[in-house]
This record gives sequence, structure tokens and C-alpha cells, in this order.
Amino acid sequence: MATGDAVLSMTSVPIAQPGSEMQQGTATTRIVNDFSIQVATVNGSGSQSANSILLKSLFGMGIPVSGKNLFPSNIAGLPTWYTIRASKDGYVARKKDIDILVALNAETAKEDILSLHPGAAAIYEASLDLKQYREDVSCYPVPFDKLTAAVCPESKLRKLVRNMVYVGVVAKLLEMDVTEVERAVRNQFAKKQKAADLNWSAVNAGYEYAGETLTKHDPYCLERMNATAGKIIIDGNDAAAVGCMFAGVTVVTWYPITPSSSVVENLIDLMKRYRVEPDGKATFAIVQAEDELAAVGMVLGAGWAGARSMTATSGPGISLMAEFAGLGYFAEIPGVIFDVQRTGPSTGMPTRTSQADILSIAFISHGDTKHVMLLPGSVKECYEFAGAAFDLTERLQTPVFVLSDLDLGMNNWMSEPFDYPEKPLDRGKVLTAEDLTRLGGFARYKDVDGDAIPYRTLPGTDHPLAAYFTRGSGHNDKALYTEKPNEYQEIMERLASKFETARTLVPAPVVVQTGKSEVGLIGFGSSDFAIVECRDQLKNEYGLETDYLRLRAYPFSPAVHEYIASHERVYVIEQNRDAQMLSLLKLDSPAAEITKLHSVLHFNGLPVDARSVTEAVVVQEGL
Amino acid sequence: MATTTVTNAPAPKTNRLGLQVLDYRGGKTTLCAGCGHNSISERIIDAMYEMGVQPERLMKLSGIGCSSKSPAYFMGRSFSFNSVHGRMPSVATGALLSNHTMMALGVSGDGDTASIGMGQFVHLLRRNLPMIYIIEDNGVYGLTKGQFSATADVGSKLKTGVINDLPPIDTCSLAIQLGATFVGRSFSGDKKQLLAMLKAAIAHKGTVMLDVISPCVTFNDHEGSTKSYKYMQEHEEAIAEVGFVPSFEDIAVDYDPGTTYNVTMHDGSHLRLRKLHEGYNPTDRVTAVTQLMQSHATGEVLTGVFYVNTEKPTFIDQLNLVDAPLGTLPQERTRPAKAVLDEIMSKHR
Repeated sequence: MATGDAVLSMTSVPIAQPGSEMQQGTATTRIVNDFSIQVATVNGSGSQSANSILLKSLFGMGIPVSGKNLFPSNIAGLPTWYTIRASKDGYVARKKDIDILVALNAETAKEDILSLHPGAAAIYEASLDLKQYREDVSCYPVPFDKLTAAVCPESKLRKLVRNMVYVGVVAKLLEMDVTEVERAVRNQFAKKQKAADLNWSAVNAGYEYAGETLTKHDPYCLERMNATAGKIIIDGNDAAAVGCMFAGVTVVTWYPITPSSSVVENLIDLMKRYRVEPDGKATFAIVQAEDELAAVGMVLGAGWAGARSMTATSGPGISLMAEFAGLGYFAEIPGVIFDVQRTGPSTGMPTRTSQADILSIAFISHGDTKHVMLLPGSVKECYEFAGAAFDLTERLQTPVFVLSDLDLGMNNWMSEPFDYPEKPLDRGKVLTAEDLTRLGGFARYKDVDGDAIPYRTLPGTDHPLAAYFTRGSGHNDKALYTEKPNEYQEIMERLASKFETARTLVPAPVVVQTGKSEVGLIGFGSSDFAIVECRDQLKNEYGLETDYLRLRAYPFSPAVHEYIASHERVYVIEQNRDAQMLSLLKLDSPAAEITKLHSVLHFNGLPVDARSVTEAVVVQEGL
Repeated sequence: MATTTVTNAPAPKTNRLGLQVLDYRGGKTTLCAGCGHNSISERIIDAMYEMGVQPERLMKLSGIGCSSKSPAYFMGRSFSFNSVHGRMPSVATGALLSNHTMMALGVSGDGDTASIGMGQFVHLLRRNLPMIYIIEDNGVYGLTKGQFSATADVGSKLKTGVINDLPPIDTCSLAIQLGATFVGRSFSGDKKQLLAMLKAAIAHKGTVMLDVISPCVTFNDHEGSTKSYKYMQEHEEAIAEVGFVPSFEDIAVDYDPGTTYNVTMHDGSHLRLRKLHEGYNPTDRVTAVTQLMQSHATGEVLTGVFYVNTEKPTFIDQLNLVDAPLGTLPQERTRPAKAVLDEIMSKHR
């Protein structure tokens, strides 16, 4: 199966046995609200609406659900998979095994069905005749084309409508609440009554066909729960966009790149709706730049002149921003840079997820540079850290990077609704003309308050002593050009001290500590979903209690070191090949802590799943 | 005996804001004695002083190179940003987005613009960002000791004897084609013309692109160079005589509409361009580019204002921004109310 974990890698630990979560059920042992569905189609076939309707139907039934789109870097015609996981226990990470396959792509159908575990179910286009490959899978052949043609006379719409037929088949086989399905269909096509009717009739055609023709002989079914009440479903990029708008962003620049584009595309929609004043004038500027160099140059120009400015990009764009990042650090200019990480190096796999920009961003640019990174671990944090990033960048006067990833950014996640920000915007240390009169001037790069953060003025401040000269070349605390060794060193030492201040201001880690366990886990970002589930697996299946610290920022808070010190063995779980976060922790830790750190790595482009992490820990623990 | 003599020193000369020329000066230059860039800095000071620009209302932006150091040597009361090589246009764009009420002056060089900075330069022009962009053009890289730049002419010779055999990039033709709305070329040694052009540039709304030939006395002022003082004195050919009448000077100057273009700038001042070349028409892009291309063939260095368009909307106009600077809008105008968040949340249920 193209989306399976053909390769799962862990440092220095061979995989004893490929992981499996086989659930061998029969029709007599029902498996309720605990399985995954994978829809295999070709991209460009319009299956997104159908998948979204399935997801929303489950959500409407109150069942914890998550959806993942595994798509190719292509516009039309290549295989794409959409995975929906229903979990009564609330696990929303990717599930390693597929329980129900909807095979609509002839090219991958054989591979898709061969990858299923015994006892799984497969719904497929009847003409593919997949039964011949798997006697041990519950097979449901469906004449999709015939059913589609019957409800959709217009042939050019059939490609799209065909997807709704499988929604109907799945709904019937899984005993879905059809009122929720209809509601999801009607919401999806809320503004197009005709389209809603056509699609709903296609769902019905599939539903009726399954009811009349198919005999259920798999164990999977859905039952209404009450676990999603009050919750929302949103993807991380949309959440970040909402966060930026409420953070009062005024200048947004970007260069389109997967998987970050939808951060700004969502923001454009939001700002046009909510940030245009009654006279029709905009309280924001959004500019599509000529490249990422220009995008970040504009961010720094705007930040220098006082704006809350941001850009969103992914790894290749980050590489291009390297020179400006150093300027921002050295000249002490605010700006927020979202990196929605994808698989590298180079073009890599642009539509697959990773957490592999950690080290490059931590030190990006030449010379002695280091940067503040925020690490959202949920869609809610994508929203909240947008606000935090703007406050921090203006408070600290240095660029702040927010590291999301494709899994978090482009997939739909359940979440508690977002809270309206309570705190006012922190615009940092900015002197006004009145301040300058009172103070009799200022020195741009002088540490007045002992926190290593200097004061700045904004262009246009109406005072003869307001101006200063911003430069990337050596400067002293009065912002004057210098090549004097002591003056240069003084600035560099203050910048290092400012990073220590940052340590106390960035979001602290989230620690779950029982006080009984020798084993600690450390993770961050989108790995959180798998780690939460992995801890339950370790406890329930192996009797291993673990503590868990979720990093939320770099530089690391002192609490991170307290946590490492208080455990015998600490596993750092991350989605890259080179144990980048572990390396960063080592650089920050005394020798006694370093020897406690072990690594669990996942880097095949698929979101990390709990089973893989559990197995890696089990092997290293010798359980 | 009862005579009193009042021996007051003459009041220092001031401009319309009551500021002295001293208020427009900057730090002491560290460029070579005789460098054309220093003359350009002097003309900028004169133009800003004479036009009565409030120093605190100006942002000076530059990239990297000798040219880009020069903002330190004029207008010390203005806000300055010496950025990275070839990327000043993006910094200027961001700064103006944050505060579009400011005036922006970019100083670049031929290397900073026509080689490493070409990507950003062309997009600046295309956007018609309201700023003055000056190329201090000497045909060589100065800070790295005299390598050719992309504006060096074919056949131009370095001190080392190396001859340039690649064609120069004509930044003026490029600027006209790509959308700049005030394009001209001058010579650092031509005080009168450069001053008039700078004053008109200050009055213009839109991208002003001025390519100022500015000889490098250390690396490109020798026999065989086409960017030397001597070469310019021999080959400069003004396409039109540039005259400027600011809006605040109520002087009626007669001009002959048959030989002179009168351009009314958006602030009400007048740019008077007296034709010196047959067929000169600063309102027509095709003519302007044709004449520039013809001058390459004849070997003359055309100077003057080649193209002016006072109608085209700027990038800032197109964005339809609120009147106040975006950067300092209060929270009440940048953070929507709680009801908005509630509405967004309900859409995701």
C-alpha cells in the first residue's frame, strides 16, 4: 500500500516486527466507533467534498474523529488517499492499520487491498473484482458508474457525484445516522440548492444499493456518542490565520508554497470580511511577493516601521530567508515567520509532513545567530501562538518563527473553540516623541532595563533625536558604525543575554508527571496526538508508566531541564531523520542530562502514529 | 555721541520650515575624496532643504556597497535602514506598507541593483511603489575592489586591462518598460540638472528611478573607462533641459509650449522639460525607450528626464489603505470584537 509504513526508522534500533493493530472481528463481535476508513481515489476527482461530508457526519454523531488527506504534489490524475479515524477513546493521531478501504482508483486498487489486515473491509468498484486477491477481507463490490449514471444525467458532473455514492454505501454499511449525513451534505452545498439535491440523491443511491444488495459481514459500525458537543473542526492553517487576525496583524507578505499557502489564503478571506472599515478602507496590506527573499524583506521593513508583520512559508522558503533572518536578529527587528514544515531536503515530498526544519531555523543565517521558535501542538495552539508570536517578536525585537507542519496545518482536527484573547497587544519598548523630550534622547542598542532588550523608535516619530541608523554591519549601542572589538563583542553578548530573557517569556512546556516513572517522553508539535495514545498503549499493554513533556518553544524553559534531570531515561520523539530536537536539547544541557536522552524518530512523510512510537520505546526499554 | 550700533550677526538662512541646511546634513563621509556619490549626497541635501522636507518624515533605505553606505552621510535626522545586498526594494516596500505617510528614498548602486538586486528591482518598478530610487552608477564594484558590474559598457577597460565584453543593462529602459512613472538619468558632476531632477522627484507620487552616473575615482576613472569624469564630460548629452518650479514658490516663469513640456506634479509644482533632442516626448514610453536605444548606438550618454506619468495609481493607492499608518493603528482597529470570533467558531461546528 502506497501509504503504509514501508519504512519506519528509529535510531540504532532495528524493528523487531512490523507493527500491527489487527482487529480480527467477525460480524458477531461488533467494533464500535474505533476504526479507520481509507478512501483511495485519484487527485482532481473532487473527492474532498465527499470525504469532508463523511468526517462531518461522524462529528455530528458525537464521535471523536480526525481526517487526513494524503495527496500527491500534482493537480490531477495521481493517487490520493483520505483517511478518517473514528475513536471512541478520543485518539486522533493517524492509525497505522486501515480497517475499511474504499477503493476507487483502479491503478492502486490491488496494492490497496493487499495492504489490509485480515478481517478488514473493502468497498470497491465492482469491475475491479478485488475479491480475487483477498479471501480474508470482507468485500463489497459496488457498480459506482451505473449508480451514478442513474442519478446524474449530466455526464460531466458524474466524476464528482460518483464520490457521493460511496458516502451512501459507507453510511449504510457502518450504520451511520443518515440525518447527520444529510445535514453535512446540506451544509457542504449550503449556497447551492441544486447541487445539494443532486449530491444527496447520489448518497441515497449508494445507501439504497447497499441496503438492498450488500450483506454486512464485517464488525465495524458507528453508534451515536456525545463526545464532540461544543467542539469545532478546523485545520491548523486556518486556525493560525484566525490567530493572526486577532493578533492585529497589519502587513502580510507571502510567496505561495505548499503546505503554507492556505495560512495566507484564509487570512485574505478573513481580513476582507472583518478588517475593512465602514468607508471601505483596509486596516491591512497583504502582498504576494516575488519570492521568499522579498517576502521576508517586506516583513522586516514593515516590522522596522512599526507594523505587526508576518509571512508564511515552508522549508525551501525558509532557506531563502536565511540572510534576512540574520539581519533581523542583529539589527533587532520584529517579524513573524510561519513555517508549515514539509518533507525535504530540496523539493523533497512537498505534500508530506515532517518536523525537519528545527535545527536549520534555530541557527538560520551566517555568524552567531539563534532564533526564537514556537511549536504549536494543536490547532488551538496554532491560533494562540499566532498571538503569542506577535507579542514576543515586538517585546524581544527579534524575528519569531512558528513551526507548524503539514499534518497539523492542512488536516482537519477537532478542538475546543478558541478563546478570545484577554490580554491587550504587547507592542514592546517603543519610545514616543514625548518620551524623547523627557529622556533627552536615547541609545538604540543600550540595555537600559537589565533585560537586554533595548528601546526603539519608529520612523516618523516627530522629534529631532528620534532617528537612528539601522544596519547589519557592526554597530555600537548608539547604532553607530563600529569595527571596535569591544563594542562589537558587547552587542553580541547583549544579544545572547536577550535570548536568556526569551527563555523566560516563551510558552512553557506542558508537563504530565506522575512522580512515579523513571521514563520520560518528550515531544512537540503534531507528534502530540500519537504520543498521548502511545502512553496509553505502553501502560495498558506493557505496564510501563511514562511521564510526558511537550515542548512548546525554543529557547527551552528551565522546566525542560528539571524534567530531564528527574528521569532515568528520556525519549525524544520527533518526525525527522537526524534527531534535530534531541541535538538542540543536547546543546542546551549539562553532560548528566545528555546521557539520559534517547531518540524515537519517524520520517517517511506520513504523520507519526502511536504504534510506531510504542514499539520503538518498547524495543529500547527491552520490554 | 548717542549712537548705537546693532551688530547682530545675519540670521542663518532657513527654508520654509525654518530649518537650516545643517539640519539636513549627516555624518562625515568615509567614501574616497572625489567620489561621485558624495556629490549626489550633497545634491540630496540641497533638494530636501530647498523643498522643505521635514527630515523626520523621510526614510532612507539602501542595500550593500559604497552607494548604500552613503545614506549615513546625509540627513542624519531621518530614519535609515542599510539592509542586505540587492534587497532594499523589499525592505522599502514593507516600510511603506507600515507607514505610507512617509517619504522613502532608496540609494543603491549598479551592482546592488542590476546584478544581485535585479529580481527585487523589477518588481519594485512593476508595483510603482511611491519612492525615489537612486542608482549611484559607476560600472564597478567598489568595496570589493573594482570588478565590473552589469552596467559597464562593452569595451570599457578596467585598470588591470580587463575589457568588458557583455552588453550593459540599461536600467532606465527597463524602468520605463516595467512601470516606473518617473525615469531619468543624470551625472553626479551635473549639479544643476541633478538638483532639478531630485526636486521634481520629491514632488512625484510613484516610483522615481534615477540612474546617476557617479564616477569611481579609485577603480573606474581612468582612460578607457566609460564611466569616468572625463568620459562623461565628453559624452553627456542632455535630452532636455530640466527646470522645476515648486508649488510653494509663486513665480510665473514663461515657457514656450512649442519647445517645452510642462508637467504638473501632484503637489501642484511644475516640471519644465525643454526639448534638446528631436522627437523628445517624456509622456510616451515607446519614444523614450527608442531614444535610449538609439543613444547606445551613437555612444552618447543621454541624460535628463526620459519619462513622466503623473496619472498612474501607486501600489499604495491600489491597496486602498486607511489614512493612518498601519503600523501604529490602535488595537481597537486591528483586533476584531469577540462577536467576530464567535461567528468564526460557529462556522466550524
